[in-house]
Amino acid sequence: MLHAILAIAGLALVFGLILGYSAQRFRVEGDPIADQIDALLPQTQCGQCTYPGCRPYAEAIAAGEADINRCPPGGEATVLALADLLGRDPKPLEAETREKAVAVIDEQTCIGCTLCIQACPVDAIVGAAKQMHTVIEEECTGCELCLEPCPVDCIFMVPLQQDIADWRWAQPEPSPVERPRRATGDVTGKRRESA
Amino acid sequence: MEYALILISTILVNNFVLVKFLGLCPFMGVSRKVETATGMGLATTFVLTLSAVSSYLINEYLLTPLDLEYLRTMAFILVIAAVVQFTEMVVHKTSPLLYNVLGIFLPLITTNCAVLGVALLNVQEAHGFIESALYGFGAAVGFSIVLILFSAIRERIAAADVPVPFRGSAIAMITAGLMSLAFMGFSGLVRL
Amino acid sequence: MHLHRFHGGLKLPDHKAESTAQPLLTMGVPKYLYVPLSQHIGAPTEPLVAPGDYVSKGQRISRAKDYICAHVHAPTSGRVKEIVEHPIPHPSCLSAPCIVIESDAHDQWGDSRMPAWLDWRERDARSLRDRVRAAGIVGMGGAAFPTAAKLNPRAGTRIHTLVVNGAECEPYISCDDILMRTCPEAILEGARIVAHILGAERILFAVEDNKPEALRALTDARRADEADFIQIVSIPSIYPTGGERQLIQVLTGREVPSAGLPADLGMVCQNTGTLKAIRDAVLHGQPLISRIVTVTGPGIREPRNVEALIGTRFADLIAAAGGYAPGVDRLVMGGPMMGFAIGDDAVPVIKGTNCLLATRPQDTPAPGPVMPCIRCGECTRVCPANLLPQQLYWFAKGKDFDSVQDYGLFDCIECGCCAHVCPSNIPLVQYYRFAKQEIWGRERERQKADLARERFEFRQLRQEREEREKAERLARKKAALARKEPDQGTKTAIDGAIERARAKRDGQSTGDASSADRERADG
Repeated sequence: MLHAILAIAGLALVFGLILGYSAQRFRVEGDPIADQIDALLPQTQCGQCTYPGCRPYAEAIAAGEADINRCPPGGEATVLALADLLGRDPKPLEAETREKAVAVIDEQTCIGCTLCIQACPVDAIVGAAKQMHTVIEEECTGCELCLEPCPVDCIFMVPLQQDIADWRWAQPEPSPVERPRRATGDVTGKRRESA
Repeated sequence: MEYALILISTILVNNFVLVKFLGLCPFMGVSRKVETATGMGLATTFVLTLSAVSSYLINEYLLTPLDLEYLRTMAFILVIAAVVQFTEMVVHKTSPLLYNVLGIFLPLITTNCAVLGVALLNVQEAHGFIESALYGFGAAVGFSIVLILFSAIRERIAAADVPVPFRGSAIAMITAGLMSLAFMGFSGLVRL
Repeated sequence: MHLHRFHGGLKLPDHKAESTAQPLLTMGVPKYLYVPLSQHIGAPTEPLVAPGDYVSKGQRISRAKDYICAHVHAPTSGRVKEIVEHPIPHPSCLSAPCIVIESDAHDQWGDSRMPAWLDWRERDARSLRDRVRAAGIVGMGGAAFPTAAKLNPRAGTRIHTLVVNGAECEPYISCDDILMRTCPEAILEGARIVAHILGAERILFAVEDNKPEALRALTDARRADEADFIQIVSIPSIYPTGGERQLIQVLTGREVPSAGLPADLGMVCQNTGTLKAIRDAVLHGQPLISRIVTVTGPGIREPRNVEALIGTRFADLIAAAGGYAPGVDRLVMGGPMMGFAIGDDAVPVIKGTNCLLATRPQDTPAPGPVMPCIRCGECTRVCPANLLPQQLYWFAKGKDFDSVQDYGLFDCIECGCCAHVCPSNIPLVQYYRFAKQEIWGRERERQKADLARERFEFRQLRQEREEREKAERLARKKAALARKEPDQGTKTAIDGAIERARAKRDGQSTGDASSADRERADG
């Protein structure tokens, strides 16, 4: 009996020591997963995911607190990329994706109060107190955080025009045979359903 | 020669996953992507080989001399748990992404019946030291091969046109069954 | 010369006789010319003229801003009417800025021609390249890559062979054939100039075997002593031998590496039309302002080749070829395999327009409904780039953009062989085009996101720094206040005031006390 207890206790002690030492030796600093997730997010810092910025959302996903489908500016592409990275199932987006737009300041109405400049998370608004403010179109991420603070409501979101440089081929439609159909008795597939 | 036979047996003929049906939990759970499956395979190989060797040593030099064979299962579990903890720490350090992706399945290697199965079978078959090591290593290699093959097939299935009633686990089970049938074709290759 | 084969390819009915039966027609100058600012791969150009300006023929009207860009010249003399958005030949059917020129009847060169360099052999490669760039020459086989950039291979690559692409493998197109028959010596001269620029030791002039007249014309035009320097090679007419990678493989048996260029093998490939344009630029100082276009198809009354000025509307070209046949429903720019449909025939001819193909519904039988992939493998059998179109299809469909690149998506030349043979009528090339643009789009978005993150992080740093500086300033001020002794003058004044106030108070109380004493004393 004593031998049994001693043997097991001895084993446990030895393994405990080894594990204790390894815990010290292999300590992990920081959160490298959050970095990788953050690299996939669109960095609009808009807060639509209910976290104050893209990095906090990345950390929440890494900690397992947040789901991967909460970023509307990232769109479906980001959900799929996150699902791929983390090995989770891709889900449809929680919120609606809005059209890509940039903010434009109506210069006639702007009073130079700098409230929008302070709100912009990427410093895309140029201006100073009592001077004209204007949005740098290339840097604007469309997060819409500047719309609220403006006291005279002179900022509008203008959808991005599609031009030759941005034009893309559309994804080919799935064939009528592949789309789930109600039984219509239409065997030939000639009568197309509305997309 | 005996050693080569052990390897062929554990990898192909008596494959632990598809013929003995041990270790099915990570087989189904970690096989969505080839990279993850490879990581899991490597982790399991490490654990299996190390625990097969440690179990043999403990059984041979601690339990048997002291007539403590009845403590075998407990001692083996202790060994396996410790080795898995160690492996977890190493994986967390070297590849945090793999650690995150494997999630709960990494500590669940402890309860992987293949690992305990190898340890106990070693005793049952009265293997020597090298035989135990090879048995464990071969079992792990067989497990890894099958896991990687299965994950490659599942990646293809993910993009394919699966009929609606079969989507998800159903087609995965059917595929696993077909693979198992295929592997049973190895029987008779080697008699051990 | 021993020829090799590339994997796959298709033998297609060539339909060239329809348009080569008639001689080349040189079109007159139309009333209006619509010259797009972007006719090439690369950034658009910057206009140099304004509405109302007079331009002479060949004058540079729009400037290339980048290296991968080409100048644009006025095709005829006249007045600039406006610079406006006009439909251009692009699969999107969108409009883009065009310079609209109202031609006068004179067609004057003025002094816009560059000096003629009959002594080009004495000139160095750099000045000849600059001449090619100044003339706005781009690849005229359809891809329109700026030629001056192509003739400037990476430092360290030595070019030993110039391959002249006279293959013209796509059905219906015959503009290069007619060019080779009409002015073979001009093409050969252009080839000699380019070989001089590149330092090439030999020229391989490849022509498909369905063009015997062109082969004969070229052989006759070649000098007797050049037979080793310029080899005129007849190659089997298989589609898509005209692709530069496939052509190089047929001629030499070597494959251009996947992420590489023919220059990595020491070869450069040029189209015949490009070479003629180079010769015109060097020998006569003329920029690229016109080209031969094949106007053909069952939907055209008199199919033929037309030499037209850049900026001529398609409608005018079709009129010159007898107009539409009844029942036309489709106009394609390019050939039947790689061309795209045009919605409006007011679009102008650009530098890369090689063919206009008009068809009626009965000529292209409806492809039938798209059915599921049965994994037959026909597409893999015919792919000239030796890819796996079936796998590319599955991955593009499943939006698995990493795997699709692993399987070589960007090596696909979009020739259409796979879609042509697919028994399920799957529009395979559409999937690959979609996937390529998705990947490029995502790459652009990722770069934008990285930039936005940098700006965000810098902003946070800036705010922290401002907070820190403010806190420091406050701390310094506080410390200064605490340390500072109030100076003696002030102290005396304050003490004096305190004394006086105390005295006053005491005086009052003394006064009160004495009156209180008197009261006590009284009462």
